[in-house]
Amino acid sequence: MNHYEKVKTIVGKYDASHDSVIAILQDVQSEYHYLPEHALRAVASQLGLPLIQVCGVATFFKAFSLKPRGEHTVMVCLGTACHVRGAPAVLDEVRRQLGVEPGNTTDDMRFTLETVNCLGACALGPILVVDDEYQGQMSSRKVKKILNKYKKTPKDVRHEEIAVSS
Amino acid sequence: MKRLRSAVELEQLRVKILSQRKPEKPCISICGGTGCHAYGCEDVAKALKNEIKRQGLSKQVELKVTGCHGFCERGPLMVLQPRKIFYQRVNPSDASEIIAETVMKGNIIDRLLYIDPVSEERAQSEEDVPFYKRQRRLVFGNNGLIDPTNIEDYLAIGGYSALSQVLFNMQPEEVIEEIKRSGLRGRGGGGFPTGRKWESCRNAPSPDRIRYVICNADEGDPGAYMDRSLLEGNPNSVIEGMIIGAYAVGAHNGYVYVRLEYPLALKNLGMALDQAREYGFLGQNILGSGFDFDIKISRGGGAFICGESTALMASLEGRVGEPRPKHIHTALQGLYGKPTNLNNVETWANVPLIINRGADWYSQIGTEGSKGTKIFSLVGKINNTGLVEVPMGITLREIIYGIGGGIPHGKKFKAIQTGGPSGGCLPESLINLPVDFDRLTEAGSMMGSGGMIVMDEGTCMVDIARYFVRFLTEESCGKCAPCREGLDRMLDILTDITEGKGKGDDIELLEELGGVIKETSLCALGGTAPNPVLSTIRYFRDEYEAHIRERRCPAGVCKELITFNIDAEKCTGCLVCARECPQGAISGRKKELHIIDQEKCIKCGLCRDVCKFDAVITL
Repeated sequence: MNHYEKVKTIVGKYDASHDSVIAILQDVQSEYHYLPEHALRAVASQLGLPLIQVCGVATFFKAFSLKPRGEHTVMVCLGTACHVRGAPAVLDEVRRQLGVEPGNTTDDMRFTLETVNCLGACALGPILVVDDEYQGQMSSRKVKKILNKYKKTPKDVRHEEIAVSS
Repeated sequence: MKRLRSAVELEQLRVKILSQRKPEKPCISICGGTGCHAYGCEDVAKALKNEIKRQGLSKQVELKVTGCHGFCERGPLMVLQPRKIFYQRVNPSDASEIIAETVMKGNIIDRLLYIDPVSEERAQSEEDVPFYKRQRRLVFGNNGLIDPTNIEDYLAIGGYSALSQVLFNMQPEEVIEEIKRSGLRGRGGGGFPTGRKWESCRNAPSPDRIRYVICNADEGDPGAYMDRSLLEGNPNSVIEGMIIGAYAVGAHNGYVYVRLEYPLALKNLGMALDQAREYGFLGQNILGSGFDFDIKISRGGGAFICGESTALMASLEGRVGEPRPKHIHTALQGLYGKPTNLNNVETWANVPLIINRGADWYSQIGTEGSKGTKIFSLVGKINNTGLVEVPMGITLREIIYGIGGGIPHGKKFKAIQTGGPSGGCLPESLINLPVDFDRLTEAGSMMGSGGMIVMDEGTCMVDIARYFVRFLTEESCGKCAPCREGLDRMLDILTDITEGKGKGDDIELLEELGGVIKETSLCALGGTAPNPVLSTIRYFRDEYEAHIRERRCPAGVCKELITFNIDAEKCTGCLVCARECPQGAISGRKKELHIIDQEKCIKCGLCRDVCKFDAVITL
């Protein structure tokens, strides 16, 4: 299935209705793991909306990324409970280890660093989430060990997908 | 399952469900909330399942994964019925013993019981644990009893009886009157009287008779997660509340706007909606009453501002989530310009309770202006982190010490932050303040959605104010200038103060800016954004002054104002910090005092983290 067709299937699921832009973009993003330009153009033309409106939505909401994302997502919770328990130091250490700022991906496309406002698992704070695995009661000391674990895992399919679509 | 077509059929089904259930049958309910998930409750559940199978007890013992039980600090949690034995910090390796000893022989495993740190007594059931004993869990308590993926569990505890009562025995106006009399106020933060909101929506003119009800589940306050736990653990109570509300205001379409970061809530809610439709609680001709109503789920896009009603509705319509001025309330012109009634998750979940028990009963709970209970998430520097449901009017002291068990590591309580980024910090002198909508506002904070973040002497109040303002500058939609520009300026000033670059009149400037932003912002985000700053200035002015005049952070938090040093008395010369230091800034030989080179130190705090002797101190 080519890219245009892929987007068409998703848009079709929502009866091409304008109020489903956010839901459609969410599905497109789960397909590509980010929102490639061609997909945004396809969504706009298929919904009959100006591209700027679709781009407006895509850049307003934090859930969307216009840049390709790394193989693993490292998320540091910056909720208030985590903050008072030392999350800023954990984030500093992750930044130092990965060499990227939040919202960015390492050059080798291994890790994307993100922050989140609260995961609601405050009893375990500070929390670091790698992909879907929660690492509770974090301290800057534990960061390196955890990240090393993921550095060793083989590249997965997601990586190939990004290479193809970008 | 055939759709139920009358109130009688519903009651017949309930009788049938109850007759198939044996109350004396052993049942293990494991907490499956996000906290316990992170602790690994899934592995515990798996181990128990295997063990039940291995011991050939599949028919005799029931295993249930429920929603959040609230006591997140002690997860993974479980309750063993029928004796209500409460186990905490359970490991997968405990499974065989739990089945063989407790379930089969009735012997209690002492090491899994909760020990009260004060009295050192072991608690056998939830009711014996001080954390639970002092709560009143009217809305949240059912979480532990039901499997949220099975609607029959909800029916077994009387679910949808309020709906049946409303559809067949009450006129919409009577429902509104009952909610008004109950005194229920919106649990999302604003505290607007729910019944009055419903009434204006019902009375709003709509030529094509289209009205909407919306459940706001875009819980964005950092440190608050009660709405998620309700949706995950008891989605049907929210759905039932929404159907009742829709009947009262005359709506046939509803939406639940769920935060994207809540995957489990989305899953459980989706499943509950499917089942409710299948059983005839949603769709055409609900329970044969002639009333039609259905609910759609809408996933948020990760924008804090979308918790604001008009921004939420813009987002539901597929637009950028920017708020609009509310000269005309959404109850009159909301989603697609139609009368729309929006309430938050916890508000909806209170509705069936009020109908079932009556407004007279409900309004006895709480204070003059705030009725019922409120669920708070008690987090931060507190011994018993978790979700607590308490009657309105309870004091902060009772929550922090009675339920929360005080501050860890013998540290001193400093402040409690309520109301999220729109709220404020209350100092120790207000610890006897009764918690309700009006008293919190008077004290310069607010109820908000119910986050309570406890802070101890190691928390810097200027840093906290800066934390919230930074949060809000990122989340401000940018539509109106006071919020967009004003918050940016406040952040600049606060950053300067925390970096030791504060100027003499910064405090006054912050106060003035805060006042202007409050008065001139378009929506509630900007209108309440200065609260964390203004409340910390009001109660902790001396800390601001120490930063500005003495270039000192009394709590030892602000990096630019502290140095890491090693206490000669405590240092044993173990070399651990020297090995861990990423800068190689620590020198010293084995069994000799270590020294930190301040030139090289980047103040990452690793040395303090790794030192087992608390020898690394900040000055």
